[in-house]
Amino acid sequence: MPRDAFRGGIHPPDMKHLSAGRPIERAAVPERLVVPAIQHIGACCEPTVDPGQRVKRGQAIALVDAFVSAPVHSPVDGVVEEISEHLTAAGLRVPCVTIIPDAEQDFDRWEPVEGSDLAAIVRAAGVVGLGGATFPSAVKLVPPKEFTVTTVILNGCECEPYLTCDHRLMLEAPDRVVRGGVIIRESLGAERLVIGIESNKKDAAEAVREAAQGTEAEVVVLPTKYPQGAEKQLIWAILRKEVPHGKLPAAAGALVHNVGTAAAIADAVDVRKPLMERVVTVTGRVAKPGNYRVLLGTLVSDLIEMAGGFSGEVERVIAGGPMTGPVLGSLDVPVTKGMSGVVVLGPGDAAKPVDEDQPCIRCGRCSEACPMFLQPFAIGTYANARLWDRTEQFHALDCIECGACAYVCPTSRPLVQLIRIAKAELAAKGVRP
Amino acid sequence: MSDTGQERRLVVAVPPHIHGPESCRSIMLWVVGALAPAAAWSMVQMGTPAVVTYAVCIGTALASEAAWNALAKRPQTITDGSALVTGLLLAMSLPPLTPWWISAVGAAVAIVLGKMVFGGLGWNLFNPALVGRAFVLLSWGGVLSKLPSKGWYRTIDVAGSGSLDAISGATRLAIAAAVRMAKGGYGFDLAAQYRPLLLRNLEGSLGEVSAALLIAGGLVLIWKRIIDWRIPVGYVGAMALLSWGFGSDPIFNVLAGGVLLGAFFMATDYVSSPMTRNARLVYGIGCGVFNAVGRFFGSMPESTTFAILFMNGLAPLLDRIFVPRTFGWVKRDG
Ligand code: SF4
Ligand code: SF4
Repeated sequence: MPRDAFRGGIHPPDMKHLSAGRPIERAAVPERLVVPAIQHIGACCEPTVDPGQRVKRGQAIALVDAFVSAPVHSPVDGVVEEISEHLTAAGLRVPCVTIIPDAEQDFDRWEPVEGSDLAAIVRAAGVVGLGGATFPSAVKLVPPKEFTVTTVILNGCECEPYLTCDHRLMLEAPDRVVRGGVIIRESLGAERLVIGIESNKKDAAEAVREAAQGTEAEVVVLPTKYPQGAEKQLIWAILRKEVPHGKLPAAAGALVHNVGTAAAIADAVDVRKPLMERVVTVTGRVAKPGNYRVLLGTLVSDLIEMAGGFSGEVERVIAGGPMTGPVLGSLDVPVTKGMSGVVVLGPGDAAKPVDEDQPCIRCGRCSEACPMFLQPFAIGTYANARLWDRTEQFHALDCIECGACAYVCPTSRPLVQLIRIAKAELAAKGVRP
Repeated sequence: MSDTGQERRLVVAVPPHIHGPESCRSIMLWVVGALAPAAAWSMVQMGTPAVVTYAVCIGTALASEAAWNALAKRPQTITDGSALVTGLLLAMSLPPLTPWWISAVGAAVAIVLGKMVFGGLGWNLFNPALVGRAFVLLSWGGVLSKLPSKGWYRTIDVAGSGSLDAISGATRLAIAAAVRMAKGGYGFDLAAQYRPLLLRNLEGSLGEVSAALLIAGGLVLIWKRIIDWRIPVGYVGAMALLSWGFGSDPIFNVLAGGVLLGAFFMATDYVSSPMTRNARLVYGIGCGVFNAVGRFFGSMPESTTFAILFMNGLAPLLDRIFVPRTFGWVKRDG
């Protein structure tokens, strides 16, 4: 029996049938990889290699000595072509290491990572939150001082439409997911390990449940509703506890990792494998939608070609899921650690561009849909009027930017954008949650 | 790239990149669709005068919105469907034999004074159709009440009271009230009126021809989540309860007059009603209470209009009182 979901949320067509049945397939090695030196939230790494230098698969090529950071490794044996700035999916130009891979690659071999303890190994392996948050995982393996984490939750909801990479991973490597969860739970000294999976992935839930036999892991099937995979909504669905305003999830006794991240942690700890590749769902208007194991630094244009190229008319290409992912203005950007999907939308699939002049007709749909119980119309209206204090009174800072409000708004008001602007203005004024 | 030409045409926009099925127009068309059976039935029953009233109201509503936009040099908005709904609702609140020029003035006032002067759709405080109707009632209420109709009351024996002929064109409701006033009680069986009120009622306004069709349309809107059930349920519930409390027949009082049209289609207008669940329930109940009080104690010919307009005025206040608690907050501002 699925538990009650959180209040609010939406049911967009999930479109997962396009790729859910496709087993994870290794994407071809492209002509060149453009590996950004920063692929996480935190301090930027410095490239540690020089043009012309030979690199080995798994060798660190960008490092920084900061707590909240994650080193970057070469995904292949090859030669560094250049170090230069390159555009990323986020629309920024960042230092990147361009590598020309050797013709022959042995994917079962890599330079093992080293570290004195578990957190150090995970840190050296460059593992970050693979659900899209890209927060360095090692930081979350050290128990927080203020709070006691009683429950480790693995997030296998994958509530974004179109994406199936976590689904396939749970199906094909459930033991890695469970193993990663066990490692995290042990290192935090938590009591419980719960793996939350949406009900539209029953087969994955079954596979994980089987793999969890003989371990302490519990599998919980949750109703399919967007954004079930949002951290606070997931914690509520499982623990019936609200993360208090402005606090970390640990304040509710919980700590959440994505299932892909858990598998990466297990690989780092058990076989000393650094994070050099990830599963990416390439789907929508491409000839061969599927789930690909992609070397980090592969250009999106190459990846789309590997998936058979565009099929039909294309309007938007999104890095990640269509509810929260940034749209790509250029396909000449590399796949990074946080990129769970490349979703190609054509006319008819994609929303019409929003029109700022459209009025709010006060239908209340946005507040019904808001999983944070906010009143997005009010924040949007006050943001339009530049009344930033009012946006704060309406708790703009609690918005998780899930996009549910804008999805349902009949007049397509750019609510998320307005709230983001309000947040930025409040941050500039020094207002903190 | 397999097709590099595509790249140049990529749309750059902010997430979310997908959108739900509802648009302003689709919602308005749902409302029109829900009203359509009742409107069509009224045209079948009332014939040409009804068709004229609908045509004039809808036509004038669209034309005045188009004209206002043109004069104010605003983008054209007549395709958003809201003027269509306003015109249709206004027509359904008028008797079929309403002189066409009254219908036209009502529709123009509804759009211009009820909506456009506030800044257009979304900015008006009151339901535009009801603004138009109130204007018509206050200006030509006497004219409307003297319109001839196919009076059913001639066919029943109201305790030999020939004087009722004076109220030509009066609704069952007006007659019930008049009889009650004259005799201190109902001289005829209200329960016998359920059937005609539900299926075929030729007195009163165009929207009163069939309560059953209105209810069906309203239920469709609730089922499709176009409207929130809290408003009609609060409204009808309060109306029925108070009618019963005032010693009348609750079912008759819900079916007669503009209550159903008001509860399902007028009070639920998004712009002029509150936005949060609790506020909507209170608002619906408020509409029902004022409607009942107006009907039993007031001298207003049609208390539905003024009950809803009054609650429209309170909607912003209700929204303020019932701000929901944000997730993660113990209480608001806590
Ligand atoms: S206001 Fe923020 S949290 Fe609420 S639905 Fe919109 S994007 Fe999601
Ligand atoms: S969904 Fe859009 S139109 Fe409806 S209340 Fe929210 S902002 Fe206004």
